[in-house]
Formats: sequence, C-alpha cells, structure tokens
Amino acid sequence: MEPKEFKSITEKRKEVLATLENFGLRIYEQMEKGIFPFIEMPSRSTENIYYDPKFRQFILGDKKVRRSTRNIRHLKPFAQLVWAALFSYELTSQRKTSTLRDVYYSAQAYEMTFKDQQESNNIITDLETILGFSREDFNIFPEERSAVFGDLTIRYTVPGYEGKTLNLTSHPDGVMIGPALTSAEFVETTADKVIAIEKGGLFTRFIEENVHKKFNAILVLTAGQAPRATRHFIRRLNRELGLPVYIFTDGDPWGMHIAMVIISGSANAAHLRDLTTPDAKWSGVWATDIVKYKLPTDPLDEIDMKRLYELQKDPRYKEDPLWQREIRTFMKIKRKAEQEAFSRYGLTYIVDEYLPAKLEETK
Amino acid sequence: MAQATFEEISASDFFYRNRDIAGFTNPTRAIFAAIRELVENSLDAAESIKVPPDIYVRLSFEGEASEETQIYKLRVEDNGCGVPPRYIPSAFGQVLYSSKYKLKQQRGTFGLGGKMAILYGQITTHEPATIISSTSPLSKIYMYKLMIDIQRNRPIILDRKVLLNKEGWRGTIVEFSLEGDYLRAMPKILEYFKQTAMVNPYANITFVDPKGRLYKFVRATTVMPDPPKETLPHPYGVDVELLQRLIQITPYNNMLEFLKNHFHRVGEITARKFLEFSEISPSKNPKKLTHEEVVRLAQMLKKFKEFLPPDASCLSPLGEELLKTGVLKELKPEFVAVHQRKPATYAGHPFIVEVAIAYGGEIPQRGGFVIYRFANRIPLLYDEASDVSVKVINAMNWRRYKVTPDMPIAIVVHICSTKVPYKTVGKEFIADRPEVRREIANGLREVARQLQRFLSRREHVDRERKRLGVFSKYLPRIAEFSTRLAGKEKPPDIEKLLRSVKRFGAEGV
Repeated sequence: MEPKEFKSITEKRKEVLATLENFGLRIYEQMEKGIFPFIEMPSRSTENIYYDPKFRQFILGDKKVRRSTRNIRHLKPFAQLVWAALFSYELTSQRKTSTLRDVYYSAQAYEMTFKDQQESNNIITDLETILGFSREDFNIFPEERSAVFGDLTIRYTVPGYEGKTLNLTSHPDGVMIGPALTSAEFVETTADKVIAIEKGGLFTRFIEENVHKKFNAILVLTAGQAPRATRHFIRRLNRELGLPVYIFTDGDPWGMHIAMVIISGSANAAHLRDLTTPDAKWSGVWATDIVKYKLPTDPLDEIDMKRLYELQKDPRYKEDPLWQREIRTFMKIKRKAEQEAFSRYGLTYIVDEYLPAKLEETK
Repeated sequence: MAQATFEEISASDFFYRNRDIAGFTNPTRAIFAAIRELVENSLDAAESIKVPPDIYVRLSFEGEASEETQIYKLRVEDNGCGVPPRYIPSAFGQVLYSSKYKLKQQRGTFGLGGKMAILYGQITTHEPATIISSTSPLSKIYMYKLMIDIQRNRPIILDRKVLLNKEGWRGTIVEFSLEGDYLRAMPKILEYFKQTAMVNPYANITFVDPKGRLYKFVRATTVMPDPPKETLPHPYGVDVELLQRLIQITPYNNMLEFLKNHFHRVGEITARKFLEFSEISPSKNPKKLTHEEVVRLAQMLKKFKEFLPPDASCLSPLGEELLKTGVLKELKPEFVAVHQRKPATYAGHPFIVEVAIAYGGEIPQRGGFVIYRFANRIPLLYDEASDVSVKVINAMNWRRYKVTPDMPIAIVVHICSTKVPYKTVGKEFIADRPEVRREIANGLREVARQLQRFLSRREHVDRERKRLGVFSKYLPRIAEFSTRLAGKEKPPDIEKLLRSVKRFGAEGV
C-alpha cells in the first residue's frame, strides 16, 4: 500500500495504462486461442464485504465472480466492460477527463449502449474492481464538487498547465477539487493541519475569519458526503504531507457518518484502497457538545433514530469508544444540532471558542 | 258469413310468394343468392364428370331500377356435363324439377336454387332467360330462351336454336337479368368466391363485376376428391313420407325383400331381426300396409338398435391434402394443420368433419380467430354466431394449446353429409347437434395440438436465432476493443468461436 501512493502522478498514469493494456491483451489472447474470453474478479456482493481492522476499512473477501462470454447473459456486460477499458485507456493516454454521465453518453459513439446511467456506473465499478484502480485514476470523475483553501502550493500535471504552480489561497472562494487538482503534485505548505468542513456556509465563514492563518490549517469543504476524489485528496494531505486531519460536521447521525466515511471508507468502495484516512479525527459537533454548549436543537425523527441503530452495529463504529458514546448520547437526548447553531453565541464564537477547544480535545 | 276460398297454387307460385325462405329476401341477398346457386350448380356439373371446373361469372350493369337497386345481367358459364336438350326447358323453367332426388352428397339438394334465381330475375325484370348447353364435344349446341309460367309451373319456350359445335365445347351457359344491389352485396360476393376457391382448389373461377373488375381464382391442383356414390336411405333417417314413396315404387311384394333392397346396410339377418322386433311378418306385402301400419313402421325403424351405422361411401369429403392446398392457396399462411375425422352419423345420416387451422402469413391479426365454415363445399357466410362450429370454437380451452385470440389464426370447419343439419332453409348455419359438436371438437383438438407443436418449435428456433444474434453482435465488438486496447494490428480470429456457438445452437433445435 505505502509505496504506491508516494509514486509521482506521472508514474501512476503509466501504471494505469499498462494495467489497461494488459487487460486488453489477456482478452485478445484468449480469443486467439479460441477460448471464450472470461475474467475473474472479487465479488462485491454484501456477503463478501468484510471490515478489516488492520486496514481500518471495508475490504472484499475471497469470493470471486467469473464473467464468461460463453454465457449469453454476460456477453453484453463483457463487451461494455472491454469498451469501458478502451475508453478509459484513451482518456488516460490523451490526458482527457470525463464524468460518469459522460461515459454513459460516449458509449453511443462506439455503438455500445447502456440501458441507463446505473448500468454504465456498474460497469465502471467492475473495471475498478478488476484493475484495482479507482476511476479517478483513469480520469473518470464524479460531478460532485468540493473545494479546498489554504497555504498549499501545487503543481499541475494536466495538459496545458503542466508545471504551472498555484497557491491554494489565491481564490477567496477556495479552489474546486476537480480532475486538475486531483492529479496535481504537492510542492510546499506551511500548514500543520487539515480541517474538513461539511457545509459551504461554515467553510466561507472560516475563510472570512482567517481560520487558515489563525490555526495554520488547510480548509477542505466536503459539501455533504465527501466525493471519492476529495477523500483521496484528504488522504494525500495526510499521508504525503503528514498533516493531521480534523473533521467538523453537523451534530446528527448523518454528519457523524460523513466523518466516518472519510476515516474508514464505505462498503461501496470496498474494492478500492487509498480512499481512507484512518488517523483523521471527528472533532464535532458531538452529541455531548450539544449538551455541553447548550445548543439550539431539533428533535431526532424516526429515520434519524433508525440510522443510529444501524450505525451502532456497524463494525467501523466499534473501533473507538468515542463513537459508541456519542451514539448512546444521541439516543438519550433525542436531539440534533447543526454547525450553525453556534451562532446563538455570536458569529465568531465558533471560531474563537469552540474550534480551538475541540482541536485541543481531539489532538 | 264470409265464404272461405281455397285455391291450389303451383310450386312456382309458392316460391314466388315465399321467396324469403330460399334466400331471396332483399335486393342485396338476392344477387348474392343468384350467383351462389348458379356457381354451385356449375361446380356440381363439372365434378359429376370428373372434370376440374372452369367457371366464368359476369355481372354487368343494365340500368337503374329504383333509387337503391339496379338491373344487372348475370352470366354463368361452366365446362360441366351439360343438360340434354329435351330436359333444358324443364330443368330451368320448372321449379322442383331436378336431377337431385337421390341420396348422395351434393351442394344443392332440392334443385331449387338455380330456378329460384331465374324466377326471381323474371319477377323483377320480365325478361326471358337464355340457356345454352352442350353435353359433349361431339354434340350440337342448343340454345333456349325461356320464361316460367308461374301459375302453372311450366316453361314457356320463346326461342330455340341449334348451333354447330365447331370448337368441341361442353358445358352450360345461363344468362338472365335481375334486379339487385351489387354495391351492398359486393363484400359477401367476393368473400363467397374466395372461400369457394379455398374448398375447391381444383377449380378455376373468374368473376367480372359490373365495374369491369376482374377477380381470378386459379386452381392449385387438378386432383379432385372422389365423387360420392349414390346410396339408399338409412333406416334411422327415414320418415313416413319417404316410406310411402318407397312403397309406391317398390317391385317387391314382401317385407323382407323390401327392407333388404331399399335400405342402406340392411341385409338378410338384420332384416329378419328387425321384422321379429317389430312383429311384422316377413311375407307381408308392403303395398298392403295401412296408413297406421306405415306410421308404426317408421317409428319401429327408429327404435331398433341393431342397424349398422351408415357407411360414408356416399360422402365426398375434400380430403386432407386438398383442404391443405386450398387453405395455402387462398389464405397464404405460415403454417397449416388439417385433419379429417372418421365418418360419424347423426339420426341415420352419415357425415364427415374436416378441420384446418392456419397461422400467420397473410392471415390478419384482429383480436379473434377468423372462422371459415363450409357445408358440402359451400361457404356459409351468414349467421356465424349461431353456428355449431363457432359455439365449439368459443367453448374450447385454447390456452391449453398456448393459443390466444390475438394470434393471426384462421379456422376452417367443413361438414359434409347427405343431409347437412341446417337450422334454416337458407342454408346459412348448422344446428347444434351433439354428434356434430363432438366431431368438430375432436377435430379442432387434433389440429390445435399440431399448431401448439409448431408454435413451440418456432419459439425455440426464434430463441436460438436471438441467441446467435447476441453472440455475433458482441463477440466482434469485444475482439475489436481488445485489439485496440492491446495495441495489436489485426483482430483475433473469432470465427471459430462463432462456429462453435452455431453448432451448439443447432444441437438445441
């Protein structure tokens, strides 16, 4: 695991291209030998997803699925898969990027059709599983946008910008974590921590209040559940630059889980590595904060409660007693609070009082 | 007190007054009935000498008769047996004069239809009918112009000519004028020709309509069904009237010989058993039977259980091959199954049911089966809903045979009998008799099973074809994509893979 992520972006691209080429060659040679081409990959069905305490994330078990073109039901998905590999190869080698939506439409130019977006998404996930790379590695990005702000200088590798550098404080709205930033190399930083924030309003407030300077931090907006590119970016900040990561979310089960996915990943991405930041910390808003800071609250509704029961049994939540304690507290007080709730103590209270206290508490 | 008057009316007069019962109800039905009666006579005439019929029908416009009806001239020519000159006036100018008073299967039964048509023409137009006939290529051609004296039921000969037969022609031509409504009758007339061609696939039929449009139905074979043999009446089908007539003409003077010689399938042993059963002396002279004794005899004939069933030699079914030929020729289906039932009887009358089921091709898909009904090779076009065949078809559990009404399916039911159990004199639909119903149902089950086999085989072939289609669509794509991905020049040879799919597929069929 370790060596892979410290490879340069260019090296990684070469590796991705070689893997795709090999995949094509394997199928080519099967056909040359008069064999119906087939592939084997780990099953992604729920009974083959395990939580691995060592990696502190979900992983796939030993169960394999075999896709063979001898089976008529596999033929079309197989062709779609080989097409997706070719499409990814062309994207990556030409350094173009694409989105899942774009993949769905591009297929039509090759007279390959997908029934719907879901079908093409599944094929891309198959390709990730087979190759062991995430789709961002072969230049297919989600459409969700999140942003970053702080004293970090990066160097672009995308065509047209190769070698250009940018300091991520140059735009007061932050810089979008898109394909160009994802593939950029880190040059230097003065920051000594990363603060990830769930909501755009608070992210802007933090920039206005100079949180990046006051706390020497790189600010990341996850914009709700963090996209995979953002999770990967946070991991790189943590691993490559050695920065601790603190996560601030709403004080409800959903906010709690946004933090958890950044830390330990999701079951949907059990076939992938390099998306988690196991050492990141959930710094708030905790259920116990709601009590301690006497925040204005809303009642937890049925769906919130149901979610809490689910999370209580989730293996990721058994790692650290903090989680179980907070879940129990939520269940007890049956209330939730948003990050904005601190405004009752004045606009700067959260930055002046709450933030330093929590950073210290979760250090 | 009013004086009741009685007058005797002739047969012609009777039908003149009651033309409804013979199918000449209104101008639309009349023109249809006239064509149909003459075409059937022509078909009978050709079949009686085993010649594949060549029939030419022309209907031409003569003038307006009223707001809704017109005067037409109808001409029907055939290549049949012809009519000997001395019989021509009676055969065409005297109602109930017929060659058809024997028991064998024929299209017409009373010798009524052709004359009714001429009579109807005369009533509506006051024009004579022209009859031209030759009985052999070597004989002369005789031409008569006739009218019917309706009150006396006698032909009136207006003109008579003898012509040389240079071309060696044989056949009959009938031409007369009548009032009718062709435009309304047209759909039924065309349907009649189409269906007639279906059950007479060995006939050439040409029809020229008043607008000059030509409809041609060309024979698909020259093979003809075996002609029916004449037979004696079966005891179960005999009534008092028929007994009286037989008694009048019999040359035999004892009951034993009378029974043995005038009834179908009655021999020495059966005759003796019957006489014992009915307590009639074998030596009794039939001509000495009293009216009461004749009535009793008729009753006993029906009660006696040991008469052998009638045989079917008097019947002339179309046969499976000809029925198939006819259906293929006129309906052009994708599949046809035909079945002929073994002869059966109802009330002493032998009958045979033939059925066909046709699927796909040019058969329309219209949310229900297309049903063709025939009796003695005559299409039945009216009163479909009341017909026994339709009742049987509707009562059948078609789903058992994986058949649904939205499929393009045509069903043909042909009943031939010395006495078709018509419900009405108009010969439009067949009565619901249990014996007939059973035969139709069993016949339909047989062809339905064959259709089911065809459909499931076709479904299988379809599935295989689709399967092959999927392989030949995607394997080349996989080859192309992987070639480009691997950076190869030429794509891998996938012919072997495709061939193995085909072989595999063929085994499944």
